[in-house]
Amino acid sequence: MAVSEQNLSGNLAEGFNAIPADGRPLAIEARGLVKSFDGTRAVDGVDISVPEGAIYGILGPNGAGKTTTLRMLLGIIDPDEGVRRVFGHDRPHDIGRLIGYLPEERGLYPSMKCVEAIAFMGALRGLPLKEGRKRAVELLERHGLGHAIDRQIRQLSKGMAQTVQLLGTLVHQPRLVVLDEPFSGLDAINQGKLEMMIRALADDGVTVIFSTHVIHHAERLCEGVAIIAGGKVPYAGSVEAARDRIPAQVRLETRAREGAWLSFLPPETRRNGDFLHFPLPESGIEPLLKGLIEGEAGILSLSIERAGLHDAFVAIAGEAAARQLQADSEGAAA
Amino acid sequence: MTQQTPRSRLSAFEAAWVIARRDFVAVLFSRAFLFFLLGPLFPVIVGGLAGSIGGEVQREAVSFEVGLAMSPDDNAAMVAAGEGLAPQLGQALPLLRPVPEAAGDPAFDARAFMEARRGNYAVIVTGTLQSPTLVGTEPQIARWQGPVGLVAGHALAAEPTAFPSVAGEPVAISAASERTTRIQTAQIAQMLLFLLTMLLAGMVLSNLVEEKGNKIIEILAAAIPMDAVFMGKLFAMLAVSFVGIAVWGLAAFGLWSAGGDAITQVTGFDPANLPAPAVGWPLFIALGIVYFAMAYLLLGALFLTIGSMASSVREVQTLSMPVTMLQLMVFFLAAYTIKQPGSALEMAAIAFPLSSPFAMLARAAMEPELWTHALALAWQAFAVLVLVKGGSLLFRKRVMKSGGAGRDKRRKGLKAA
Repeated sequence: MAVSEQNLSGNLAEGFNAIPADGRPLAIEARGLVKSFDGTRAVDGVDISVPEGAIYGILGPNGAGKTTTLRMLLGIIDPDEGVRRVFGHDRPHDIGRLIGYLPEERGLYPSMKCVEAIAFMGALRGLPLKEGRKRAVELLERHGLGHAIDRQIRQLSKGMAQTVQLLGTLVHQPRLVVLDEPFSGLDAINQGKLEMMIRALADDGVTVIFSTHVIHHAERLCEGVAIIAGGKVPYAGSVEAARDRIPAQVRLETRAREGAWLSFLPPETRRNGDFLHFPLPESGIEPLLKGLIEGEAGILSLSIERAGLHDAFVAIAGEAAARQLQADSEGAAA
Repeated sequence: MTQQTPRSRLSAFEAAWVIARRDFVAVLFSRAFLFFLLGPLFPVIVGGLAGSIGGEVQREAVSFEVGLAMSPDDNAAMVAAGEGLAPQLGQALPLLRPVPEAAGDPAFDARAFMEARRGNYAVIVTGTLQSPTLVGTEPQIARWQGPVGLVAGHALAAEPTAFPSVAGEPVAISAASERTTRIQTAQIAQMLLFLLTMLLAGMVLSNLVEEKGNKIIEILAAAIPMDAVFMGKLFAMLAVSFVGIAVWGLAAFGLWSAGGDAITQVTGFDPANLPAPAVGWPLFIALGIVYFAMAYLLLGALFLTIGSMASSVREVQTLSMPVTMLQLMVFFLAAYTIKQPGSALEMAAIAFPLSSPFAMLARAAMEPELWTHALALAWQAFAVLVLVKGGSLLFRKRVMKSGGAGRDKRRKGLKAA
């Protein structure tokens, strides 16, 4: 393993690629993670730090390096370069009992009964089978699958099987839950249920990291995000800070189409139908308003909208990555 | 620097045990395993039935026919005595027929006649009524000595009070050296070991392909070290193999108990006649079990690596062919070195992990020393560990390359292109 020993403490947590830890210990610290496959860099210097109890999203289009990053964080593969620590441990397998992982490619033994599948996943994390079965029954009943306790996995619908696998990820009561594209393949109702489940985990102090190519999930759930594109992480930090990285957007609707007032608009202004969109000038709204009034623009409506995570993503990762993200998101929805 | 969280991980043994327990139960209680168990029994049962029928035919038509090459008067007396006893003794007596080729030929050589495989007699009786001699193979002589003596006694007197002793003149060559005879045991043991290993190690091949098909492999890889996954799977499959061997062994024992004589008649092979191995039968069987385990683990570790890297059964078949060929070659190497004890070639066969169990089992048949086995077993166990470690490393390096979505994306891209 080509991981060098570096002192991470107090570095990432206070640096650019961090969300405020507020005194919380870090569940995950990673710095300079690099992984190449067949000479191609799949991940190129990823820095991430996640405080305990946070919901953290890894946001990027397909093929950006999300899964490889998660696999390195979990110790499924080792980085070529860089350092990763999970709850302070260099080797995540050493604290396997504290981690729950739902891979992107969902997998269960088709001939296993639901209760056995969940208990087996718990056993992999050190939970005795007997206790695992007991908890599996409780979990299945709590999540509306009490009728399926003794059903084989092959007899379940896809959504039910995904729920069973998620319960298997949680049965040993991990302190860190890592979910790779957890929303893919779920309908809107189950996506909503999963969001609630993730929030409930965080309320219980569990750290949740998930990867997604759907911005809304990250925006709704996450305290922090890492934006990843082309194997690099151009931004990792709080969602709020990401949104603050680009100025608020002004949306203006006027009666007049031409006039001297146009000279008061910034050069980045775009027209979209009847509306004009442009970033809020650094000088503020007052001088702009004055110019529009004096220039007889005939203001019909004017709103100032704080930038969303999507705008932040476009600004940080670039138009091409944003287009790919959008395409992936639409592809998944279809 | 690293924090110590008490019991925050499974030990390698515990992790392997979780995998082994699941795999063992899943395989053992699957319908496919039942068919797998029955598979080799079909030819055995069919062979047994055929042997039984053939045995009956032999009993009636051939095997019970004993040729008479005595003087014409003695021949006639023997036939008459046989007919006189037949109502009482039935099939316990052989069908006595004068050998036509011997009639009127005082120089008739029964031994040459039998060795030339002429006629169809179990044995040929030569000599006189007072001193008959049986010419045939040892088992046949042993079988017919008593009945022929009884018939000869009755041929001498209607109510005999004494029976002539019947001499034997074995045709089969059994005077070879002890070493030479033990080669037979060594060869049969090697062949059995090879067949069982090849037959059963194939199960390991498809095991990880199934895991990858179920997409569960990543869950396993995330939870426990990959070498523990490999170890668990190997030992589960080994345990399943022992179940298979036990079932087949019991079936074979049952068949043998029911029709062992007939099988011996048809095949001419009697395990009871196998020369005792140099280390003695109990130890030889124990070593056979241990060497089977080692051969299985070694080949299984290779197959597991292949299975983990293949994504379809077709890929498995393609990738496993070279390993199968390699295994065949090392078997031939080990078989070839039986007759060259102590040679550099035998040492090479012992040193090369894949051929080592075969070469050492043959050695157990031929040589009485035991320390060499302890050494060889330690070496083979070390080789298993190295192969498992190497396989798991290869798996982590070569297999866990990308997320499914990334792969899908690339596939779509390729298709579009």
